[in-house]
Amino acid sequence: MNKKFKAAAIFKDNLQNFLFVLPAFAIFCIFYIYPFYKMIHLSFYDWRGIGPMHFIGLSNYKELMGDSLWWDSIWHAGYITLIALTFQNALAFALALACDREIRMKRFYRVIFFIPPVLSEVVVGLIWNWILNPETQNGSYIGLLNHFLFTSGLPQMVHDWLGDPKTALTTIAIVHSWKGFGWGFIMFLAGLQTIDKQLYEAARVDGAGTWKTFMNVTIPMMLPVILVVMILTILGSMQVFVLIIAMVNEGLVNYTDVPVTRIFSAMQSTDRFGYACAEAVIFGLILVGISFITKRLSDKAKQV
Amino acid sequence: MRKFLTLCSCLIFLALAGCSQPPEPSNKLLLWHWMTDRNDTFQKFAQEYQKETGKEVTIQLFAPSDSYSQKIIAAAQANVLPDIYGILDKKSIVADFIKADLVADLTKDMEADGGKWENSLFDKALADRRFDAGNTYGVAPGIYGVPIDVTNEQILYNKKLLAKAGIKAPPQTFDEFVKDAQALKRVGITPFVSGWGELWLLDCFASNYAFNIMGEEKIFDTYRGKVKYTDPDWIKVFSIFAELRDKGVLMDGIVTKGNKYAEQDFALERAAFTFNGSWCVNVYHDMNPDLDYAVIPPPPISTAYPLKIWGSAGSTFVVNASSPNKNSAIAFLKWLTAKEQQVALARETNNLPSNKEALAGVSPILEEFAKGMDQSTHPNIWPLNEDPSVSEAFDKGIQDIIIGEKTPEQVAEEVQKAKDLQMAKGNH
Amino acid sequence: MRTNKYVLWGMTKSTLIHVFLMSVAMTCLFPIFWMIRCAFMTNDTVFVDKALIPHHLNFGNFATAWTQGNFAVYFLNSVIYTVCVVGGIVLISSLAAYSFSRLKFPGKNIIFYLFVAAMMIPLPGSFVALFVLMTKLHLVNTRFGYILCMINVGLSMSILLFKTFFDKMPPELEDAARIDGCTKLGIWWNMAMPFARPAIAVIVIFNSLNVWNEYILATLLLEDSKLMPLQRGLVVFQGANSTDYPVLMAGLTMAAIPIIVVYLAMQKHIVKGLSSGEVLG
Repeated sequence: MNKKFKAAAIFKDNLQNFLFVLPAFAIFCIFYIYPFYKMIHLSFYDWRGIGPMHFIGLSNYKELMGDSLWWDSIWHAGYITLIALTFQNALAFALALACDREIRMKRFYRVIFFIPPVLSEVVVGLIWNWILNPETQNGSYIGLLNHFLFTSGLPQMVHDWLGDPKTALTTIAIVHSWKGFGWGFIMFLAGLQTIDKQLYEAARVDGAGTWKTFMNVTIPMMLPVILVVMILTILGSMQVFVLIIAMVNEGLVNYTDVPVTRIFSAMQSTDRFGYACAEAVIFGLILVGISFITKRLSDKAKQV
Repeated sequence: MRKFLTLCSCLIFLALAGCSQPPEPSNKLLLWHWMTDRNDTFQKFAQEYQKETGKEVTIQLFAPSDSYSQKIIAAAQANVLPDIYGILDKKSIVADFIKADLVADLTKDMEADGGKWENSLFDKALADRRFDAGNTYGVAPGIYGVPIDVTNEQILYNKKLLAKAGIKAPPQTFDEFVKDAQALKRVGITPFVSGWGELWLLDCFASNYAFNIMGEEKIFDTYRGKVKYTDPDWIKVFSIFAELRDKGVLMDGIVTKGNKYAEQDFALERAAFTFNGSWCVNVYHDMNPDLDYAVIPPPPISTAYPLKIWGSAGSTFVVNASSPNKNSAIAFLKWLTAKEQQVALARETNNLPSNKEALAGVSPILEEFAKGMDQSTHPNIWPLNEDPSVSEAFDKGIQDIIIGEKTPEQVAEEVQKAKDLQMAKGNH
Repeated sequence: MRTNKYVLWGMTKSTLIHVFLMSVAMTCLFPIFWMIRCAFMTNDTVFVDKALIPHHLNFGNFATAWTQGNFAVYFLNSVIYTVCVVGGIVLISSLAAYSFSRLKFPGKNIIFYLFVAAMMIPLPGSFVALFVLMTKLHLVNTRFGYILCMINVGLSMSILLFKTFFDKMPPELEDAARIDGCTKLGIWWNMAMPFARPAIAVIVIFNSLNVWNEYILATLLLEDSKLMPLQRGLVVFQGANSTDYPVLMAGLTMAAIPIIVVYLAMQKHIVKGLSSGEVLG
């Protein structure tokens, strides 16, 4: 065959293949790259959102390196993410497994478990503020949780859950997991559906028990979905902030700050757009790094 | 085939959706605001105005206020600001808008006819957007905005709950206030709530007492870096919060409470005292029409200097300097702040009007609030302001004291450290 | 005896599972019950009346919310935005993901990782740049501009999810189709899309919810209230200072219904997923 012709065919093929990506790539370039470039650009400036811009080189980044509040906020988000990764995803996986089998009312459950993600943050904030309210009126607790603890004989457990730096973050993480497990649930459910039922049959024929089937069929087949859910959980949890604002307003001093609230406060209360952009760049790099590690780990797991 | 149809219908949908709006003709006025509770009244005004003058005013609402601020900043960059808008930010940002030629100087119009317009409005409200000669912002002196209402923050008490604790008169001094709080606690009533999860409200309370303890010159000298936050007077300010905490005056969870929740608590009689702004009259009325309460200024802790409360314009409009309809925009704002419109606005939304003559018709409790305007001050009328990052350290430090994590002395050290950092930066 | 024991164990197991599922379900049902309950109260009783079913039911809130929030206009707008954006995202991202998963071209991996990285990096302050850009393109205050921006928002995540599913597609499926003379576009539409049906369902739900609840970009990019989405109507009840909770709850309840309908319609596909793929295989 003619070499030239072959090269042309390959080129045509590549072009065709690229055309599939083109619409996405075009939109991405127009609406993402330019604002992204602007953000990097701004991170080298001292700017208040309006008025003159002063080029200050790497000063924003230097200051950021020594900003202990910023690194605290990363740790807080990391803590929330850890709880979401374990508690929330385990719950979601367990529920998806339960709803995947032949069980009564599974349709009902499938609908119900998706209610928290659909709920408006306003409602979530109101409800949980009420549940966690530490106050008493006329001798009884206003908050449902403390009321429940008190009446069920655990008065020593009564606590100001959101007002104490020791428990505030965990409380937020649990509410966040509650709000988010529905997503993991439907994605796991979708993943479980694509597993070929014949594989289960084969395993049963081989005499594998429930546990063995789970470990040898379900988990390996689910690995890609687990990876996606993990990455999405990491993203969702590291970037959590609407819920935090709904629950503790501007935050419990600095004990509940997360990167996104820091970025917003740099932009809105201290009018430092450049610094906010530098924070976003560093935060983005950290997220890319974490996701990369997650992917590497799952690749390793696949090989085993 | 199915694929083709789906694609087609999507494309048609996109094309239909893509019809764009023509740009504004110049015989109309465009106003952007953020006041959800006043939108209906504004729309009514616009119709009335059109009937009276034939001018069409389009009023567009963008809320919540955070989104509105973003929109204004973005529109300023793209140079597409409307004829009339508001800047919901610190005075330094307002100054930047003025310097970028985005805000018209209204001094001439205010002073026309012997200052008729200027004199009809509360001086404290105008001060919000007034720049004096030699101001630190580097703005040409003048008046750059039109206030449409005024507001101030004071202490409110629940008459019924105070009576229950045997308190006959509201406290006149801070010591009496703490004593009354103890009496309330004894009968199982939470003494005090406020939305101190919102830093500005906490900042406002603290600054009231700072004025009372050390007077304004010393405060401004602190901002200038001449007085340290570790000064005994500042420690005294921080110690107020330690005392309020130690004596159990504050409601549990106060530092994470948004003002909306604090308002709920006070309206539902879960606390006897609160600290809030004059807009609360409307809020309490909605939630509990039977609530029996009254207003006092925060009881002073010292006799050294007068205690000042925060009070200034609640909402202010500015005119776009580059708008071709500048003059008709000014005429509309003049109309909006005339007595008749101001009375209607005050009646519909229970806010204090910016027009002095419109004050006659407001409710007794708002009248009480209005009296506070005489002893009011506001960061926007101070000659200079603290750096925002130091303010943040200051406010969050107080929160730390309230939850018992830090002592007043520790917080003073930390705030001073933030201040030192800021001063070092400024010297470059 | 043995079988009895087995049956007993099975019953205990299923009871335990049900108790577990039920208790989680309760925590999910409670807020929605509370929301609906509040929607039937008035502002001065909403925090006072502690009864499970309020003593005095107020049905007017829904009508108030509908008219005051100008829902008739906003609802239609939100439907248009949701249909266009979600349709656009599904088409554009599945095409791209198919190419990333199954086809070859130089720079493929770099572009794919760009998309994934874009998902990670928040863009604060980008609203200024975006607004300036949209003004230059004359797309401010247009439906088209808003739709394009929202498509961009959902693209990365959808591509990642689609690719994950396409990667799992058995190669035999494709080979068979290719032998039958299917074009790449044909394979994408006839093989890959049905195979990824559960993914489509998840993406539709995820993005519908996103668009339906979006407000910040709409405030930034739209001006005319005739173009505003549903959330604009809800904001009216949350005044700068006062909130009319019962009307807000009535509004939120009505706003939640279409999303629940979308979910109900889609979740069937999540579960039925494989059957159609099997038929085609």
